[in-house]
Amino acid sequence: MSEELYKEMAQSIIDGDSDISAELARKAVELKIHPLEAITNGFVVGVTYIGDQFGKGDAFLPELVMAGEAMKAAIAVLEPELLKLGESREMLGRVVLATVEGDIHEIGKTLVGTMLSASGFEVIDLGVDQPADKIIGKALEVNANLIGMSALLTTTMVRQREVIEELDKEGLRPRIKVMVGGAPITKDWVDKIKADGYSEDAIGAVKVAKELVGKA
Amino acid sequence: MQPRLSLLTQDLIERIVDEAYQLLLKPGIKVQNDEARKLLADAGAQVDEETLVAKIPAQIVKAALNTVPRTFKLYDYDGNPTVEYGGDAVQFDPGSSGISVLDPDTLEQKTAETADLIRLLKVAEQIPQYAAQSTAVVCHDVPKEIHDLYRLYLVLLHSKKPIVTGAFSNRTVQFMIDMLAIMSGGLDNLREKPRAVFDVCPSPPLIWSNFGSGNLMVLARMGVPAEIVSMPLAGAAAPVTLLGAVTQHAAECLAGITIHQLAKAGSPIVWGGAPAIFDMRKGGTPMGAVETAMIDSSYAQVGKYLGVPTHAYMGATDSKRLDMQAGIESGVTAMIGALSGINMISGSGMLDFLLCHSAEKLVIDAEGVAMAQRMLEGMKIHTETLATGFYEGVNFKGGDFLKQKITMQLFQKEQHMPTEIIDRDSIRGWKAGGSLDTFDRAKIRVKQLLASYKRPELDPVQESQLHAFVLDLSKKAGVETLPVIDGFEFA
Repeated sequence: MSEELYKEMAQSIIDGDSDISAELARKAVELKIHPLEAITNGFVVGVTYIGDQFGKGDAFLPELVMAGEAMKAAIAVLEPELLKLGESREMLGRVVLATVEGDIHEIGKTLVGTMLSASGFEVIDLGVDQPADKIIGKALEVNANLIGMSALLTTTMVRQREVIEELDKEGLRPRIKVMVGGAPITKDWVDKIKADGYSEDAIGAVKVAKELVGKA
Repeated sequence: MQPRLSLLTQDLIERIVDEAYQLLLKPGIKVQNDEARKLLADAGAQVDEETLVAKIPAQIVKAALNTVPRTFKLYDYDGNPTVEYGGDAVQFDPGSSGISVLDPDTLEQKTAETADLIRLLKVAEQIPQYAAQSTAVVCHDVPKEIHDLYRLYLVLLHSKKPIVTGAFSNRTVQFMIDMLAIMSGGLDNLREKPRAVFDVCPSPPLIWSNFGSGNLMVLARMGVPAEIVSMPLAGAAAPVTLLGAVTQHAAECLAGITIHQLAKAGSPIVWGGAPAIFDMRKGGTPMGAVETAMIDSSYAQVGKYLGVPTHAYMGATDSKRLDMQAGIESGVTAMIGALSGINMISGSGMLDFLLCHSAEKLVIDAEGVAMAQRMLEGMKIHTETLATGFYEGVNFKGGDFLKQKITMQLFQKEQHMPTEIIDRDSIRGWKAGGSLDTFDRAKIRVKQLLASYKRPELDPVQESQLHAFVLDLSKKAGVETLPVIDGFEFA
């Protein structure tokens, strides 16, 4: 019975259908299926599948984003139920995301956020044009274990270094790990600014984040 | 709406047709086949048996044009109509009759043999951009007497697609029709659902050779489609002006159609060609020249005006390597051909003035063809409002549209998704992938296609009949065995 339902859940994510994923989540609640089991055995299977397909070049960004949205819709139903049970989801980690100061490009960063949250991270997305003190302040406030920074321009990518230098000055690393991304980011740059990780795309970012929090 | 390129005004088309009719009378057409001359003479043409020149009056030609089918289809092995001749249908097939292949490892041109043609067939069979196969190269490991039909034999054993082919003599065209009939389960089936079209070439200027007109008559009588491949060489074997070449092309085609329809009215025939400008530096026939493509585009417009299905040789290059010249010439001419609404565009895969074939080029050209095909789909109206309906929930944030269901539903209808031949990676991803250029990527794709190729399931009785038929002809040509084909055992 629940096997069937899990399959439908995974499929709703693969289809990127938020209406159906939310409905299946409600159905799980009615059937008294434990929300964590619904997430792990059902919805996450779909996210993993679409991520693999994307990695192979057989799925594309719209599918990825819609899968993330469908996941979000299901979680929105299941999370309150979990709280009612006096439990909470064990998150893989808490990530503060931002596009650095002077840069307003965020499509890539938002994708990373969507995939991180679909994969079990708690994501606080500050948006664009965020100065170092704001990013670090937020990370401390929410007790984040990861900061993810995006920059699209060669002129703004230097801001990534500022944040890292500031973190080091305050002695906040390695407690807070830093991952960076964006069109001009190269391996050399990552080494140079001593970031902890970077990735080419949103699916890769999930992998890097898992490694950085020791949940790979 | 299918976008359309028109190089000629209506007025100009009419002048071309008018002058072509004049050419049919003066200087007339040299017809080197006795029977064809007799057909023309019986129909009212003035024939000089000494000079072999026929002066063909317009009314005979117009009568022939009246009986030419405006459309016809080619069928795959399973009997599905997968190629449409007529109207503005546009399809592509690999070029035909190369004599060498480009060795992807040595970059040398190597004389083509059985294995080389099979390699091309396996690749083309799996590329959806090619609606038909062609008898792509001549295999030099079999006797000359069976060069033309042996190519068809290999295609028939390795493909289910329709075929663009052609005979090299009057003797062999009938054999090739017989071979097709074997695989179609009889001549009646072949006639009803033709699997192949036969290229037939006049000789510029204004000559229908014994072989050319002989083939036309056989094909007409057998009811197997013929495709005229007229090749005026502007500046050498045709007037130097592009319009002059187009007019000579029209005259040669009109004469061919007349002979063909006199042999059997109502048989399908195509207004096709492989013209070129004549290169005044090297004396070559550049297939990649834009002027060559302009002649093609224009004669196709004339063919359409007359209501005859169309063909052209485009999408090839004169370069010796798969370099930028190859890309420019192949892509630009394929696009011009597509925008001209030419029914069958042959030439993909070919280099070096149609002498050399390349499987690697076939996979690269497929991307140019895909671009042309997407272009032909034009601007599509998918939604009630063009844009205003998209903005609900959009909060002045980039990426918001990625979250819309309609994006997922429509993106593959709006965007052609290229294969990995086309690089759209970041510099990092590209480097991580081995810093491969187009040719490197093409080599990988060809290897993948060769590995994934599965020979189509064909009737084993037909296969053995076909094999016995071709083996017999080989023996008559003095060679007792045919080259071994991997994976084949004939009883």
